[in-house]
Amino acid sequence: MSDVLPRVPVGEWFDSLVTWCTDNLGWLFDGIGSVIESTVEGLTDVLTFLPPLALTVVLAVLALFLRGWKLGLFTLLGFGLIESMELWEPAMDSLALVIVSAVVSVAISIPVGIAAARNEAVSRVVRPVLDLMQTMPAFVYLIPAIFFFSIGVVPGVVATVIFSLPPGVRLTELGIRGVDPEMVEAGEAFGTPPNRILTRIQIPLAMPSIMAGVNQLIMLSLSMVVIAGMVGAGGLGGEVLEGINRVDVAKGFEGGLAVVVLAIFLDRITGALGDRTQMSRATAGKS
Amino acid sequence: MSILRAESVTKLFGRKAAEAQRRLGAGADLEEVRALGVMPAVVDATFEVEQGEIFVVMGLSGSGKSTLIRMLNGLLEATSGTVLIDGQDVAKLSPKALRALRQNKVSMVFQHFALFPHRSVLANAAYGLEVRGVPKEEREGKAREFLRLVGLEGWEDRLPGQLSGGMQQRVGLARALAAGTDIILMDEAFSALDPLIRREVQDLLLDLQGRFGKTIVFITHDLNEAMRIGDRIAVMREGRIVQIGTAEEILTDPANDYVAQFVADVDRTRVLTARSVMEKPLVTVPANTGPRTALRTMREHQTSAAFVVGRDRRLVGKVTAEVIADAVADGVQTLDGLLDPGDLDPVAADTPVAELFARCAESDLPVPVADADGTLLGVIPRVTLLAALGAINTHVDEVLDEGAGAPEPALVKEGTGE
Repeated sequence: MSDVLPRVPVGEWFDSLVTWCTDNLGWLFDGIGSVIESTVEGLTDVLTFLPPLALTVVLAVLALFLRGWKLGLFTLLGFGLIESMELWEPAMDSLALVIVSAVVSVAISIPVGIAAARNEAVSRVVRPVLDLMQTMPAFVYLIPAIFFFSIGVVPGVVATVIFSLPPGVRLTELGIRGVDPEMVEAGEAFGTPPNRILTRIQIPLAMPSIMAGVNQLIMLSLSMVVIAGMVGAGGLGGEVLEGINRVDVAKGFEGGLAVVVLAIFLDRITGALGDRTQMSRATAGKS
Repeated sequence: MSILRAESVTKLFGRKAAEAQRRLGAGADLEEVRALGVMPAVVDATFEVEQGEIFVVMGLSGSGKSTLIRMLNGLLEATSGTVLIDGQDVAKLSPKALRALRQNKVSMVFQHFALFPHRSVLANAAYGLEVRGVPKEEREGKAREFLRLVGLEGWEDRLPGQLSGGMQQRVGLARALAAGTDIILMDEAFSALDPLIRREVQDLLLDLQGRFGKTIVFITHDLNEAMRIGDRIAVMREGRIVQIGTAEEILTDPANDYVAQFVADVDRTRVLTARSVMEKPLVTVPANTGPRTALRTMREHQTSAAFVVGRDRRLVGKVTAEVIADAVADGVQTLDGLLDPGDLDPVAADTPVAELFARCAESDLPVPVADADGTLLGVIPRVTLLAALGAINTHVDEVLDEGAGAPEPALVKEGTGE
């Protein structure tokens, strides 16, 4: 076979690209790394500032207010369970990591999604990149992440951001494109400047879709927690890995269960926020 | 001067639009243009709209009317030709100037309302002013006022989704009116409403237009609607304007077979007025003559009654042959005291023909038509009324006969149901 087609050294090219980056852009990666690290640490400090049970009550009240008594009760029991499994600190580490990753991911994906919706060329470039990010096994980009940022929380955050970007970008683009053209035309017919058409008409109308994207993005971030644990990000991922390495079924299961509790909590909370957008209320008001 | 003027406006869709434009200029027909893969949406449309006029553009779907209206405010750019609003060439404006034009001079009402679903009714109505940068309190005050005028007081805080279609379009109307522009473009604004509601908002529009004297360009595919609200109507077919005129002109004098066929099933009794069907009064007797003259006039015209007119052709009354004959026998010299006491009740010249049937049926004499001062303008004999109603149908029949049997495809009306 190698007689017919010469071997194209794609892997080597990528390797030398990574080497070049580490050699020449080290200062940039160091900067990014230290910002991410201190942010995650700061957030972890905030989350662990209150005693576990007090924070559990605060989160339960938040859930009660945003969603209803069922989620409030679930939060109370779920976070109580995490504490009783003695997984509170790793759970807060993971929560901080997920929140930071999600914020970075949202900050990147929404503008990119908007640009892709407004410009066909951007859309054509972005789409295959997203496909690559979504389907490339996560471990593959963990390796260069370790090169760039060494072991710890930072490569975990970076890998999580990369993995969770695509649904944010896709659903933002879809949402903006899905806005009724007559709405945009109405805005134009009254002389609305383009940037205000975006901020006052397109984004509010696309909000349900954008919020669905944010929700998906957070879920994907959580699913990366365990993988992030492999590069030394610690948290619940670390617990699960330890369970796997020691073939400790109990430990692994407990770690996994804590991830599920976090996932359900974040999913319902972001879902509730999505329902609170103006547009969702407008459509819900329709009889 | 006209407030809005379109001069040979043409819009061609397709890659080879420029080539098609050149060929059209050289006299090519639409078939040739279509063969190039170019869609001629609007071809050589020229018209003027006067200040305070309701100008209706009427055509079936696909006739290019929606494209035409979007070129008036620059939502679409004309392939060639110019649109002048207050003397400004829309195509030559910078994007910023174009936005200013839309904010200050031309607003729009849409077929599917196009209200912003995430904003309250009040915020929707205030939208035009908001874009213009009018302070919140002032614009909301204005919006409230116009919402009240369209009958939506008390609905300000609802969302559009909570309103019925008719109410939503009232909001659309309030939004356009509150913007305070001289010109309002209405794109099939009432087509999505059911007939009863449609009539209601048509009346509302006429009322508001009378009150504010807005200039309105109204697009519709419904001829009855066009006839009802339009001061003048432009009939479009396949991108071209085939006739511009008042409803009566189009009914009584269609420019071609297509228009004639199109207007064939309009309820003409609601459009035609007494003025367009009345005839010169033949049997009139001056008030200062005697019974003998009156009797002779009636005999000449073989009628049993006559209108009596004073100086200035003012209608005084009527006389009947029986009374006059007796008076002549008695040797009476004047018509005084011989006038029939029966109610004359002349109709105004702009009375729709529909309201004349009962009158014509119950009196022997023709129905008199008079102006506000009582001057006799004409009369409508029963026969004339019936003939007027058949007039255009006869015209179409003649055309069909000339066409040697088989009707031309052009005469087959497209999609009457829509």
